[in-house]
Amino acid sequence: MDSAGEVVNDGKITLEGFSVAARSFAEKWKRLNLSFPPWSWVPLNNRTLLKKEEGYLSLEKIIILSSLDESVEEESLDVRADWSEKEEAVDHTVLVQDVEDEAHYYDYHIVYSASYMVPMLYFRGYSSDGKPLSLEVIKRDLPSSSVSLLLESKWTFITQEDHPYLNRPWFKLHPCGTEEWIKLLSESSSFTGCQMPVELYLISWFSVVGQVVGLKIPHEMLI
Amino acid sequence: MAANEEEAVKYIWEGAIPLQIHLHKSEVASHPAPPPSLVLAPRIGYLPLLVHLIKPYFKDSLPPGEDSIWFDYKGLPLKWYIPTGVLFDLLCAEPERPWNLTIHFRGYPSNVLIPCEGEDSVKWNFVNSLKEAAYIINGNCKNVMNMSQNDQEDLWTSVMNGDLDAYTRLSPKIKMGNIEDEFSRKASLSSTQSTQGGTEIEVAGQVKTARIPVRLYVRSVSKDFENLEDVPEIDTWDEISYLNRPVEFLREEGKCFTLRDAIESLLPEYTGHRAQTSGEEGEGITTEEEADGSQETRGEIKMVRIQGIEMKLEIPFSWVVNNLMNPEFYLHISVLVKAPQR
Repeated sequence: MDSAGEVVNDGKITLEGFSVAARSFAEKWKRLNLSFPPWSWVPLNNRTLLKKEEGYLSLEKIIILSSLDESVEEESLDVRADWSEKEEAVDHTVLVQDVEDEAHYYDYHIVYSASYMVPMLYFRGYSSDGKPLSLEVIKRDLPSSSVSLLLESKWTFITQEDHPYLNRPWFKLHPCGTEEWIKLLSESSSFTGCQMPVELYLISWFSVVGQVVGLKIPHEMLI
Repeated sequence: MAANEEEAVKYIWEGAIPLQIHLHKSEVASHPAPPPSLVLAPRIGYLPLLVHLIKPYFKDSLPPGEDSIWFDYKGLPLKWYIPTGVLFDLLCAEPERPWNLTIHFRGYPSNVLIPCEGEDSVKWNFVNSLKEAAYIINGNCKNVMNMSQNDQEDLWTSVMNGDLDAYTRLSPKIKMGNIEDEFSRKASLSSTQSTQGGTEIEVAGQVKTARIPVRLYVRSVSKDFENLEDVPEIDTWDEISYLNRPVEFLREEGKCFTLRDAIESLLPEYTGHRAQTSGEEGEGITTEEEADGSQETRGEIKMVRIQGIEMKLEIPFSWVVNNLMNPEFYLHISVLVKAPQR
């Protein structure tokens, strides 16, 4: 039975739960993940959608410098953040290591799927002139562990679909079996009765999903 | 299946839109320009599936190069994954027969349309929608995943060819279940106080309502109109609100859950007789001007179309779902609303 404060046992989350989890995720990220700009909550205030708490999380203009040198020491990406509040002018003074590096910009949206009752990650990449990046180019920006995961797994794959609210093609990460690994995450933790508090749902979810696209969250967020 | 249900399904599968397809003038490389091609498009089908009928008419007129095919209606690029009948109901307030569309073989607008690699893309979209519908109805998509590859192929082929007989033979293999089954199954589950289902379909969690796959397409106008011809054209997809979310079907004793109830559950600001604002935060609820009734502040549902039929909103929703859904088990609803005025 899903009551207000708990995540349902089967690894899914309600719309209301998603809003709560999103707030908690964004707040912890802002506090503990200082190498990135904060996520913003984009309310769905389109005329025909008046439910108060509906919206999605947005993290935009994350720069990934794709160097021509293939040998990256670790799996983590060289990520610089181009922070700008929406109202301010975009600041492009980014640390560029190497003149040959080409800056790729990424936007990430975490959107609730009412059908599957889990979050979905939408993302897109573009170069500094705004031209969209193809999936081939994007794959080169992903950690190499992800690429093999994508190619051979039944867990995740990337498809191109219309963004549910923005009428543009975005890439979507399909974590089929999301609710299974959320269930595993709740069972392997010390939560009472294996029920994860809803506030931690998105953090747990992102700890897996984010890694596929090279976004790591600090361990402190999971506490 | 009851006799009238059989009739309804036939009606759906036989429904078609006459199209008049014009080659975009920038791609006419022959003189004289080719005349438009006339095609009868199945309502439950998809535009890319018609290309093999249309291309022969135009191939001699095309400039050299590779094809990347897309359609537009009065300049609006058409989303190929929306069934043709739904596009027609949504974009043509006053039905235009034949429906004049423009076909392009070059210059795919990939900034607004997701890519389409012909029949494979359309099939993938269909199967995906079927899985999503299954997930909504059953709580998982095992029924679709457990279908053999051949059965899935045959199912798709039956839809592609508009072969209702083949589809009817195959649909028991999908094991989808309709609303009535859902309610009696859940009733028996709660009465036995057990999460072990005795039926083939498994349920996730204890849910008191049934979830119905619905795709809602909402067009909004700001002024009242006398005739449908006066409804302004759509220039971009941003003018249409697309809601892909299930309807929670509430079953209460002595009450009938109508089509109106279903739509209002998805569009709460068009509910009943409450005055609503246009949603600006902090504005609160404005009151209606009573004096001469001319100051309208509430939004209003002007028209609802499903499978080309203008629906009376008091029809029981279960009938609508069971009879008017598409082969992938989704109910596509086009709604024209008058937006709330400030």
